[in-house]
Amino acid sequence: MLPFVGRRALTAIPTLFIVTLMVFAIQRSLPGDPALILAGEQQDPEVIAFIRQKYRLDDPLPVQYVAWLAQLARGDLGLSLRTNERVLGLIGSKLPVTIELAVLSMLVAVAIALPIGVLAAVRRGTAVDYGGTVFALTGISVPNFWLGIMLILLVSVQLGWLPASGYVPLSEGVWENLKRMIMPAFVLGTGLAGVLMRQMRSSMLGVLRQDFVRTARAKGLRGAAVVVRHAARNALIPVVTILGLQLGALLSGAVLTEQVFTIPGFGKLIVDAVFNRDYAVVQGVVLITATGYILINLVVDVAYAVLDPRIGAR
Amino acid sequence: MVASLRRHLAVVTAAVLVTAALAQSTLRIGLAEDPDILDPALARTYVGRIVFASLCDKLFDIDTSANIVPQLATGYTVSEDGLTVTIDLRTDVVFHDGTPMDAEAVKYSLDRAKNLPGSNRASELEQLESVSVVDADTVELHLTTPFAPLIAQLADRAGMIVSPTAAEELGEDFGNAPVCAGPFRFVERVAQDRIVLEKFEDYYRADEINFDRVVFLPIPDTSVRLANLQSGDLDMIERPAPTDLGVMRSDPNIVIPSVPSLGYQGITINIANPEPRTDPLSSDPRVREAFELAIDRNTINDVVFGGEFVVGNQPVPPSSPWYVPEIAVPERDVERARQLLDEAGVDRVQFEMMVANNPEAIRVGEVIQAMAGEVGFDITLRATEFATALDLQEQGQYAAFPVGWSGRIDPDGNIHQFHTCEGALNESGYCDPEVDRLLNEARAAPTMEARYDLYRQALERYLPDRHIIYLYHTVLFFPHRADLQGFQAYPDGLIRLQGVSLAQN
Repeated sequence: MLPFVGRRALTAIPTLFIVTLMVFAIQRSLPGDPALILAGEQQDPEVIAFIRQKYRLDDPLPVQYVAWLAQLARGDLGLSLRTNERVLGLIGSKLPVTIELAVLSMLVAVAIALPIGVLAAVRRGTAVDYGGTVFALTGISVPNFWLGIMLILLVSVQLGWLPASGYVPLSEGVWENLKRMIMPAFVLGTGLAGVLMRQMRSSMLGVLRQDFVRTARAKGLRGAAVVVRHAARNALIPVVTILGLQLGALLSGAVLTEQVFTIPGFGKLIVDAVFNRDYAVVQGVVLITATGYILINLVVDVAYAVLDPRIGAR
Repeated sequence: MVASLRRHLAVVTAAVLVTAALAQSTLRIGLAEDPDILDPALARTYVGRIVFASLCDKLFDIDTSANIVPQLATGYTVSEDGLTVTIDLRTDVVFHDGTPMDAEAVKYSLDRAKNLPGSNRASELEQLESVSVVDADTVELHLTTPFAPLIAQLADRAGMIVSPTAAEELGEDFGNAPVCAGPFRFVERVAQDRIVLEKFEDYYRADEINFDRVVFLPIPDTSVRLANLQSGDLDMIERPAPTDLGVMRSDPNIVIPSVPSLGYQGITINIANPEPRTDPLSSDPRVREAFELAIDRNTINDVVFGGEFVVGNQPVPPSSPWYVPEIAVPERDVERARQLLDEAGVDRVQFEMMVANNPEAIRVGEVIQAMAGEVGFDITLRATEFATALDLQEQGQYAAFPVGWSGRIDPDGNIHQFHTCEGALNESGYCDPEVDRLLNEARAAPTMEARYDLYRQALERYLPDRHIIYLYHTVLFFPHRADLQGFQAYPDGLIRLQGVSLAQN
C-alpha cells in the first residue's frame, strides 16, 4: 500500500508545476489592468504607477512568474492587491468554511441518494424506482442559485425560520453556524444527490445480477442482509469515484451557492478576486484547489483499495 | 397601593429599558461590495467611505443639503491672498487609542495623506504646500495657489485624522486595524464577510450614538441583500436595485429615505484619445448634437430605472446649488437631429458603443441604441466586463461609453479632471484652452457667486461640444427597517449614525 501511495504522490509534482504555469499565463492574458481597477474611480496616474511598481506589474511576464515561484518556494503566497492581506491567511480563513459546506452537502447528498438508489434498484420498475428517477432528474435540472433564492424567499422572508444568508464560525456556536449552513448545504446536496442516486442505482443493478449475490441468496441469507452487506458494499466503488470528484468540484464549484447565501468561502473568494484582477489571490486559490484535487484523488484511490483489495494488489 | 403600582411601573420600565438596550446593541448594514483597504490615505472605493463614516471623523462634514459644516474643526478662515487657511480644532477629542486629537495630529495626518507612497489623497491635496501648528488647537494650511475646493476635500477622506501613534506603530498594516476619532472603533474584519465596529465610549458626541456595535456585511447580490432586510437579518441596506423599490414600498416594515447623488451618468465619446479621430461621431460636433437630440432622457429613466432617477444635462444634478437652470435639458427632437446629420453630410452613422457587462448598463445601451437608430445611428453594443472596459477606455480603444461618476461635494471634482486638456480623467481627449482657463479660475475664485459664474461660462462653452453627454443622476436609496429612527440620507451616500436609534417594540 505505501509504495502505491508514494508513487501516486510523486506524480503530483509535475501536475502542480503545470498548474502554476497555466494559472499565471491565463490570468495575465485577460484584459483589465489591476492597477486601473485598484486605483478606483479617481485614477490618479501617480497612484497607478505606484501600484504597478509595488506589485511588480511592470516587470516582464517571465520575471513576474519566476518571482512568484520563488515566493511560493518560501511558502509565501503574497499579498492581496485589493486589501493588502496575506493570501495564505485569506485562504486559511476561507478554506474551513468551504470544507464545512462541502462536507455537509456531501452528507445531505449521501443521506438522500444511497437509500433511494438502493431501493430503486431493488424495486426496479416499480413506483419507487420511477419516483426516485423523477427526484434525481429534478435535483440535477434545477439550478442551484435559483433553488437558493427560492429557499431564501420562502424559509427566511416568508416564514422567518432561518437567517437569509451570512456565516457564523463554528467556534461562535454550533447551532448559530448550522442555522446558516442548512439551506446552502441542502441546495448543494440535492444537486449532487441526483447524480449519486442514478449512479448508485445502476451500479447496484449490475451487482445484484452477479453470481456472488445469487450464491449469498442460495446460502439462505435474507434479502436485506444480501442487499446491504454484499451488494451495496460492492456497488459503492463507482459511487466513491463520483463522490471524490464531486467533493473536489464542491471546493471550487460552490461559487454560485456561496454568492447567493453570502458565505465567505473559497468560491466567493475566487470570483471576487477574478473581478478585481487580484492576481495574487486568484493564483493562490487555484494552486490550493489543485492541491486539494490531487489529495482527494489520492484518497479516492486509497479508498478503492480498501473497498476492493484486488486494486491495491495490482 | 400607589407605591406598589409605582414600584411595579418602575420594574416594568426597567425591564423595557433593559430589553431596549439589548435589542439595540447591534446595527447590521448590508453593503453592495466589500470595501478595499481601510486606510483613509490609501482607500479607493465608494463603499469604503461608508465604513469610514462610522470610524473616522473628518475636519469638515456636509449636511443633508451638501453644505459644508465643521466636524473635528470648529471653523476656518482664509487669508486675503487665499494662500493660508487657518483651521480651529475641537479641544475635546481623543483617538480610539486614547491619544489626543490635536493640531500635531492634524498636521501628521495631512502630511501623511500627501506623502504616503501610493496615497490616493495626494492629488486631492496637490495645492497644499505645508501645514504648520499654531497652537494645540489651531493649524495653518499653506497653499501654492488659492484653491476653493480644499475645504470640500477636507470633508472627505483627505480630511480624516488618524492617530499618529497608531499610524507609526502599524506602518503598512494600519489599513488592517485603523485607529481614528470616529464614533465607533475597529474590532475585526473578515474579508468578504463582515467588518465589525464597536461604540467608542470616549467619542465627543457619544450621547448621540445608540448602538454598541455596527456590523457591515458585504452582500453583492441585490435580491439577497433585499431578502436579508425583509427577513430582519439586516437593519439597513445601500444601493438596492431601483426595480425592487416597488416591492419595498409595499412592505410596511421598510422605509426608504432617498436623496439625489452628487454624481452623474453620461456617455463619454472618444474624440481624440490618444489621437484625434476621423469618424463622423468623433470629428463633427453636429453629429454628436444629432445623437444627443435622438435620445429621450426620460425614456431611459422610465424604462430602465422605473422613473426613480433624475434626468439631467449637467455634471451636477438639478438639486445642486451649482446647477445652471438656464441651460435646459434638451428635449428629443428627431427632425432637428435628421437635419443636423444632413448638414454634416452623412446619412447613417455607424459606431460601436461599449457598455458595462451588467443588466442595467446593457438595458441603458439598448434603449439608446433603439432611439438613436430611429434617427440614423447604427449602434453596435459591445458588452464588456467592467475592469476590461476601464482598460479599453484609458487606452482609447472605444468610440462611446456610457459611464458615470459618483460625484464630489465641490463641483470642481465633477468637472475639472474631465474637461481640462491634462485632466487625469479626460478619457475623451477633449482640449480647449478657454475651458481650461475658466475651470482653473473657478478653482481660485474667492466667492461662490464668482465661481458659479465661471462654471456657468465653462458649461456654456463645453456642453455644445458633447464629448460627454450627461443623461441622468442616480438617486441614493437607503431602505431600512421601519423601527430604525432618526436616519437621514446625505447626498454623498455616506451612512451617518449620529442620532439614529432603534424604536422600542
